[in-house]
Amino acid sequence: MKAKLLNMNKSTRSNLFTVGVIVIVYTVFQTMSTTGNMSNLLKNLLVAMCYYSIMAISLNLTVGILGQLSLGHAGFVCIGAFTSAFFSKIMVNTIDNTIIRFSLAILIGAITAGIFGVIIGVIVLRLSGDYLAIVTLAFGEIIKNVLNVIYIGYDSNGLAFSMEDTASLNLMEDGVVIIKGAQGISGTPRNANFTIAVILLILAYMIISNFINSRSGRAVMAIRDNRIAAESVGINITKYKILAFSLSAALAGVAGVLYSHNIATVQSTKFGYNMSIMILVYVVLGGMGNLRGSMIAAVILTVLPEYLRFLRDYRMLIYSIVLIAVMLYNWAPACIEWRKSHSLKDLIGTVVGKNRKEKKGA
Amino acid sequence: MEMLSVKNLGISFGGLHAVDSFSISIKKGELYGLIGPNGAGKTTVFNLLTGVYKPDMGQILLEGQNITGLSPIEINKAGMARTFQNIRLFDNLSVLDNVKVGLHNEIRYSTISGILRLPSYRKTEKRMNEEAYKVLEVLGLENEAKNLATNLPYGKQRKLEIARALATNPKMLLLDEPAAGMNPSETDELMEAITQLREIYGITILLIEHDMKLVAGICENIFVLNFGTKLANGAPSEVLNNPEVIKAYLGE
Ligand SMILES: Nc1ncnc2c1ncn2[C@@H]1O[C@H](COP(=O)(O)OP(=O)(O)O)[C@@H](O)[C@H]1O
Ligand SMILES: [Mg+2]
Repeated sequence: MKAKLLNMNKSTRSNLFTVGVIVIVYTVFQTMSTTGNMSNLLKNLLVAMCYYSIMAISLNLTVGILGQLSLGHAGFVCIGAFTSAFFSKIMVNTIDNTIIRFSLAILIGAITAGIFGVIIGVIVLRLSGDYLAIVTLAFGEIIKNVLNVIYIGYDSNGLAFSMEDTASLNLMEDGVVIIKGAQGISGTPRNANFTIAVILLILAYMIISNFINSRSGRAVMAIRDNRIAAESVGINITKYKILAFSLSAALAGVAGVLYSHNIATVQSTKFGYNMSIMILVYVVLGGMGNLRGSMIAAVILTVLPEYLRFLRDYRMLIYSIVLIAVMLYNWAPACIEWRKSHSLKDLIGTVVGKNRKEKKGA
Repeated sequence: MEMLSVKNLGISFGGLHAVDSFSISIKKGELYGLIGPNGAGKTTVFNLLTGVYKPDMGQILLEGQNITGLSPIEINKAGMARTFQNIRLFDNLSVLDNVKVGLHNEIRYSTISGILRLPSYRKTEKRMNEEAYKVLEVLGLENEAKNLATNLPYGKQRKLEIARALATNPKMLLLDEPAAGMNPSETDELMEAITQLREIYGITILLIEHDMKLVAGICENIFVLNFGTKLANGAPSEVLNNPEVIKAYLGE
């Protein structure tokens, strides 16, 4: 058993470890929740922790692995949230089986967001400069504002679309309005729960991690580290940039699906610049290219503000101080030195190493 | 049999003729030296040959195939690989992964099988590792495989660039001042490695070197470039005794 573990590919071992930790945390939280040992506050955040984690690791693929700044990740989340909620509402009576319907909703959210990723990628990533930040920033705002004024409904005649108000949809008696402009979509079947959210988080993590540790992922990181050298060994720069970016977008879409199927109403104004920056904060705090770090940062920073509510006016002040402290811990040279000399891994390593040597000697 | 045939290659930057009417013919398996004072246009020749710059004029044939004006990616696929004077490694990847990036077009599996870890992923990764280690061994880097490229000492970084270029399975290798910044023993080791990889791969090499004596020792032919044009071209003994060459170097 141990030999098998040691023989395993390093990335497989690291995946196994991370998934193991997620499952343990899940089990603890789930038990607390079902046995009534969890505050309602935390209970309400369980699914959110997962979708923010998915947002963070998917953005990390673009920022940390591809090395491109994106300021509109929330735009992809928004697309995933709206398209899947739209689908679920229309199909709620047609497809009875929740599992099938929700699985399809996830696919639709992921694929649509992914397609938008491809479109933006094709436009921007062919250029060698850092234009992605500006374009994604604009994209996020456009998606938000367009969805804010869209009205879509359906009746026996089919779908109706307007950018003015509900009345101008001219629906018949049996008509239903699905997207109501600024009011968004309400009454989406609440199919997301903590278990499903954790499963999707694990899947998203495995997809990204396996991608990074594959031939394609290496090509992406090579482009990040040195574009000219990557070209010189025959790597198709544009292809791999678009691939990584659209995968990142598609997984953001999955987070969106969880989002819209977790709460009663989804409104586009929630997916603005602020959310994009918040996701970026998770990535930067957790460490560029560090998926575990992204998840930890997302979970802590989702829970923290809620638990700081008792501080009232000082809440955001303390929150920012925590951010600055973590930032320093991660990046200040003195702290990096300190962590190197006090690293847990090394401590364990030396102990194990000693044991091994002693065994050999004996 | 000609490996590389270049005719009247030229490029200007603004008014400066960085390379002018550069012609060279390199036989298969040959080790050719390209020397000249700083700013003579040596690196620019490499950039033209590998498609980093598009030539204003001239023609480049690689084993008969016209590669003039192709992109760096296509030229690499056609069988030309290079190293850089200012080292360009994938700093945050391991030494092994740097070489595996070089194997990208040689050994393939799809993105999907990578994500799903299908059997083809495992099989192909294993083969990639084996191939990468082979290349690393030729350059004596096998013990560094797990280290980050950026943590390697200077001399080994230069060797890793050669290993990565070799991994693309080129017909022709362009080395831009591979010994720059190395101490004498590192330089000897490098020359040893170059001789060895010629034996193993039978590869054709064009080598830029600042130090004339060093090149004279291992090259079959030497091309001397000065102000973008030919100063001399031929066997080392002839070239090194050429009064023009001596003047250009002493006048430096
Ligand atoms: N991209 C460029 N733009 C303008 N001038 C350049 C460029 N690349 C090279 N040069 C000029 O071409 C000349 C030859 O440079 P280079 O080929 O690097 O010389 P060497 O490698 O022989 O030392 C130099 O004068 C250099 O400034
Ligand atoms: Mg040069």
